[in-house]
Amino acid sequence: MLTFVGLGLYDVNDLTLRGKKVIEDADTIFAEFYTSHLIGMEPQELEKTLGKKIIVLSREEVEQGDIILESAEKGNAVLLVAGDPMIATTHIALRIMAEERGIATRIVHNASIVTAAPGLLGLQQYKFGRTVSLPFPQENYFPTSPYDAIQENFSRGLHTLILLDLNPKPMGAKQAMEILLRMEEKKKGGIFKENTLLGVVARAGAPDCLVRAGYLKDLLHEDFGPPLHTLILPGKLHFAEAEALVKLAGAPREILG
Amino acid sequence: MGRKEDNIRKALAIMRNVELIRNIGTVAHIDHGKTTLSDNLIAGAGMMSEELAGKQLVLDFDEQEQARGITINTAAASMVHEYEGKEYLINLLDTPGHVDFGGDVTRAMRAVDGVILVVCAVEGVMPQTETVLRQALKERVKPVLFINKVDRLINELQLDSTQMQERFAKIITEVNKLIRRYAEKEFKDKWMVRVEDGSVAFGSAYHNWAISVPYMKKTGITFKDIYQHLKEGKQKELAKKAPLHRIVLDMVIQHLPNPAEAQKYRIPKIWRGDLQSPLGEAMINCDPKGPVGMMVTKIVMDPHAGEVSVGRLFSGTLRKGQELYIAGLGNRKYRIQQLSMMVGPDRIPVDELTAGNIPAIIGLRDAIAGSTVSSIPDVEPFEPMRHYSEPVVTVAIEAKHTKDLPRLIDVLRTISKADPSLKVEINQETGEHLLSGMGELHLEVTIYRITHEYKVEVITSPPIVVYRETVDHKGGPFEGKSPNRHNKFYIEVEPLEESVVQAIVEGEIPEMDRIKNRKDLTKQLTDLGMDREEAKRVEAIRGPNILLDMTWGVQYLNETMELVKQAFFEAMEKGPLANEKVYGLKVKLVDAKLHEDSIHRGPAQVIPAVRNAIYGAMCQGNRVLLEPIQKIYINVPMELVGAVTREIQQRRGVIVDMEQEEYQTIIHAKAPVAEMFGFASAIRSATGGRVLWSTENAGYERVPRDLQPQIVRQIRERKGLKPEPYDEKYYAEM
Repeated sequence: MLTFVGLGLYDVNDLTLRGKKVIEDADTIFAEFYTSHLIGMEPQELEKTLGKKIIVLSREEVEQGDIILESAEKGNAVLLVAGDPMIATTHIALRIMAEERGIATRIVHNASIVTAAPGLLGLQQYKFGRTVSLPFPQENYFPTSPYDAIQENFSRGLHTLILLDLNPKPMGAKQAMEILLRMEEKKKGGIFKENTLLGVVARAGAPDCLVRAGYLKDLLHEDFGPPLHTLILPGKLHFAEAEALVKLAGAPREILG
Repeated sequence: MGRKEDNIRKALAIMRNVELIRNIGTVAHIDHGKTTLSDNLIAGAGMMSEELAGKQLVLDFDEQEQARGITINTAAASMVHEYEGKEYLINLLDTPGHVDFGGDVTRAMRAVDGVILVVCAVEGVMPQTETVLRQALKERVKPVLFINKVDRLINELQLDSTQMQERFAKIITEVNKLIRRYAEKEFKDKWMVRVEDGSVAFGSAYHNWAISVPYMKKTGITFKDIYQHLKEGKQKELAKKAPLHRIVLDMVIQHLPNPAEAQKYRIPKIWRGDLQSPLGEAMINCDPKGPVGMMVTKIVMDPHAGEVSVGRLFSGTLRKGQELYIAGLGNRKYRIQQLSMMVGPDRIPVDELTAGNIPAIIGLRDAIAGSTVSSIPDVEPFEPMRHYSEPVVTVAIEAKHTKDLPRLIDVLRTISKADPSLKVEINQETGEHLLSGMGELHLEVTIYRITHEYKVEVITSPPIVVYRETVDHKGGPFEGKSPNRHNKFYIEVEPLEESVVQAIVEGEIPEMDRIKNRKDLTKQLTDLGMDREEAKRVEAIRGPNILLDMTWGVQYLNETMELVKQAFFEAMEKGPLANEKVYGLKVKLVDAKLHEDSIHRGPAQVIPAVRNAIYGAMCQGNRVLLEPIQKIYINVPMELVGAVTREIQQRRGVIVDMEQEEYQTIIHAKAPVAEMFGFASAIRSATGGRVLWSTENAGYERVPRDLQPQIVRQIRERKGLKPEPYDEKYYAEM
């Protein structure tokens, strides 16, 4: 049996009672922190609090899957994942591999940034388009398809949740805005301009969670503190959404129109 | 004032008048007497004492070159010669004859407009005669012919006067046949050498005499007289009546073009920039008032001054203190600290040098042999020079004493700048660096230099042969998955058309990371026999390997293509069999399935997926190991043929042809480079030293089937890899 357990956003207190029970019953506990990680707790601390040994796996080990699947064949294996486990596409592939080997699987859900960030900003879930991830530019790799997806959402009046790359280190909101401006320079679609309204969520789920909305030119100079950060480009705002951005996230009043 | 100083003064005066300048080289098969000719020309022109010439070998100024009796470095010398009442300046570049130093020959060709092709009267046209002549013609360098060692025809072969003339006729016919074959259409007839017009001369460089038909007419000397003098052993007298330098330099001035004439048709061939630009126009017209356009052809190491860049100034005027740019190095400026012209081993400092000359510059710190230098930043560089052979032998080299570790790295960098036909791979971590060259001798000479000139004691491994990998039939489509399983690439491989491989190896089609002029490339490839649909879809060329994108409408592929190329480059650099370079492969991307979100298809995902797909497809196409082959030409007395044949056959060699000549036999053979180590001493002892031989790299051939597994294992073990290569299944499951 292989169980995917979502850890939620901040620390061990976010673990569900069901998740806790599954961990207690497990023979082997794995964890991966490259698709996301808990902002408020280091893996060792988690191990101490839960009182069980946790094997932290690298990206290659998770993608390869063998280590996890062998344990799951022999007994109850658990894979701990920050947020809600199936938000990370890799885990779907792993689950399929398990099923192919005849290993039963189940999921213990938890909160995810995908719902938390819109919620914190007061944006309505049914008005979002495709989510995009923003990768760090690398040698020979500066994809602009995130821009295309954002543009497509925007043109249909939909909001875009922009998830930021975690590797090699978590990308900050400021850097993300700079990358988006570089894409704008290349694609010239007129999406990211000085007065483009953006939402920033820093450390969702943490006690010192920060929520901001404002113009790109102003946000570029703000300090949002330590990671993790997430960006949202709002599309066409419902009046209730605009009000929320002003009251909950400090957006300029003029957006109320 | 001595004659030498007087000549230097004259040279400085002439160099401003471009019509009175000739930039020439000498080329020949090894031991046909090229350096002796060069030295005696320089001596005759009063640039060194006559007694020394032929004995001292000025151009062989490396201590080591003299010891080995062959010319390794191309050095330059300027001479003054009077012809029909006018004084001319002849810049002579000596070029190495040994095939191991082919890179130097090619570079020297760039700098000259004409060559004296030296052919030994006894041996006649030899394989390297063809190679060097072909190199010259490719660069639009015009030849004249000097038939050397004529005295030996009479004194050793005992030919009579008629037989001697028949011999000349045969050599001239063969040389002209080569000119017809290799010269471009417009030069085929114009550049043929003819006895009657004096573009052919005969003589003995060693004994300092020469003769040509125009000179015979002028002086009344006949072939009979020559024959008589030689018969009676009166070569000294002949040298007075028909001095070598006079006849040969007359020939050069009369038949080889001046820089202004030559640059008109040479610049469009050797420079790809805009011919209508200020620099293009200046170079075509050899204009001293235009922007500086120079190509560095040689870096000479001076123990005191450091690196000296020698090359050809095609346009502009160089002045001491002037600031120049090196193409490809951006806006960095380099100040000319010292400017000189080369006279034998001497550099004579000058304040100014004008277009058409061969300057030596101190101060171009980052220049390498082949750099383009200009007064304008970032100009189009001269077409990369073509080497006809790639390094085939490698040694591992490390410093003997730990204190020399950093110094050895410096030395290796410096020598590879001076000699781009050497490849150096520095390994900072292990301190064990790899040095690759054209042959065993090339590396021996380089290592000698490292220890004697740079005084770094080193330890070297026995030489290792550089292998290549390919396939013998089509393989794939093979599916390569990214580690996260979100992306799939489908690759097919097959042997690349032989004609295309040749065109890439010979530089007709340059390697490219991105396609600039797709239309021209498509035409070039279809002309060579490639399918048009494929020729249109080239994405990159690396080594003699081509990547094609045969997909239709795969979303996101455009922003992934650079990574596909990177994977292709990596796979071509290290093949799946033994991590050797891949040779002659056509790689086709036939389909791809990509994840929607760009974060799931970064380098860490795409590169291994494509690489594994290429490797897997290669497994299906049957991986083949190729080894470098050398042609060997051996000239021995008849009674020793058996001993030589045995020596060749022991080395997996094959006798290709045997020619009987008077009392000697010329054996044409070929053998794998791997088996040729130590051949020099083996053949010497097998023949008691009565042998003349040379080798030429002749591409790659398949390792015998039954030997392949064993050689692959040896290479893999040497590289610290698992002894058996991975199979198709391994790549499928990755």
